[in-house]
Amino acid sequence: MSKRVVLEASHAVAEAVKMADVDLIAAYPITPQTHIPERLAEMVADGDLDAAYVPVESEHSAMSAVLGAAAVGARSFTTTAGQGLELMHEAVYVASSHRYPIVMAVCNRALSSPISIWCDHSDIMSCRDTSWIQVFCLNNQESFDMTIWAFRVAEDPDVMFPIMVNLDGFTLSHVTEPLELPDQADVDKYIPKYNYRLALKPEAPSSHGCFGLPEIYTEVKLAQEFALRASRPIIDKGWEEMSAMFGRSYKAIETYKGEGAKTLVVTMGSLGETAKMVVDQKREQGEAVGHLNIRLWRPFPFADFRDAVKGVETLVVLDRAISFGGPGGPVASELRSALYDVENKPKIVGFIGGLGGREIDAETFAYMIDRGNEIAKSGSDYLYEPILVRGLDTGTGVRG
Amino acid sequence: MAMKDFTNASDVCWQDVELGAVVTTPGSASVRRTGDWRTERPILDKEKCIKCGLCWLHCPDAAITPLDDGYFEPDLFHCKGCGICAAICPKKAITMLEEVEQ
Repeated sequence: MSKRVVLEASHAVAEAVKMADVDLIAAYPITPQTHIPERLAEMVADGDLDAAYVPVESEHSAMSAVLGAAAVGARSFTTTAGQGLELMHEAVYVASSHRYPIVMAVCNRALSSPISIWCDHSDIMSCRDTSWIQVFCLNNQESFDMTIWAFRVAEDPDVMFPIMVNLDGFTLSHVTEPLELPDQADVDKYIPKYNYRLALKPEAPSSHGCFGLPEIYTEVKLAQEFALRASRPIIDKGWEEMSAMFGRSYKAIETYKGEGAKTLVVTMGSLGETAKMVVDQKREQGEAVGHLNIRLWRPFPFADFRDAVKGVETLVVLDRAISFGGPGGPVASELRSALYDVENKPKIVGFIGGLGGREIDAETFAYMIDRGNEIAKSGSDYLYEPILVRGLDTGTGVRG
Repeated sequence: MAMKDFTNASDVCWQDVELGAVVTTPGSASVRRTGDWRTERPILDKEKCIKCGLCWLHCPDAAITPLDDGYFEPDLFHCKGCGICAAICPKKAITMLEEVEQ
């Protein structure tokens, strides 16, 4: 029997890692991720989790240690945030290039400077092109579910890619909510036993991380690119199995009250819950507004996204990171690119906000929707409009 | 599927790349010609050689092969022409000769 519990999202992730029966955890504590490694260290020390816990001296070492563990076929987990993710950056690429199914929880945090411990998505955007599968969570239940899902999918022989589970720092990582924990037996069924065919072992020697001369590097990288895109059916299968076993359904692109919507407000991460509340209010006022949640950020679900926005006139996109000197927020510019060749495409109105923990409340979402609809009609030569910036007049933006 | 079936990286298509580009054949680096970026080749003068083996000991790429008759011969498939053997030879029995286009 599954049980209803009340847990902080960080502890829900730790619980999922425990139930996934990992072999090795290597992590360096960093706010706002600290509660995950703390709880896991406790579980190992108390004998509740039979795993090696490596208290490394940095995030670069954390990723390096899980790389070593993954190379011998150990189920491995690490977790970080913000600056920590930046420090481990070069090793992040190695994990996916080696095709090690490492799972990493990232409690999204703004990047220095100024030093900020609070949430935005600038840390994860710098990992956009690292070839990890990347998902975002909206609440505590999802933080648990996405973590066990990540082990299920990453280790599938038809995937073999590492997965980042993103949960917004503080606004999700430190929130306590009720959630349902499944039976251990069901989790064991959901995550099959992992057997890494190419594990380092003396009786079958192999070399991981070899030199790649110009005549082979391109083929190796394209093999990786094709494999990441080909992982999609297993990503979906993991969610379908979850729905069948645990009764909770997830999709790469999720819409809320999308039927007949002329305007969709697009978010990634926990702010989606606030956006949905505003959608309810707008619907009550008779406005044809819905919400679109990007759960799967990589590999980007192009077909699902194009399908979901058919017949929609305006997409109001909230980005929580700046692409300095670039084409607008990272999410909005990708969505624009995804729709470039589509006929009768919706107008994309990009907003950037929620940086370094700045709150985005219901009123702000309502403003963004209204302003988005206005711009969709009047047109605008702004790349995006930053919201709630003192000294910047409302309705003005950043030009290219 | 594995790259082990190929001795020449230029024959490998993306479909042939092993998962994670793992190399499953130990010692496969030796089949790769690394001597092709050499600009000078070592030439041994057997008249001066005293078979001390210092060139063999010092070669950073194990590209000096001991022969049955006690002499040491550069392995030009792997030799990159660094000249350490020539510099270390106590009898100046090895000279570096510039490679020229054939």
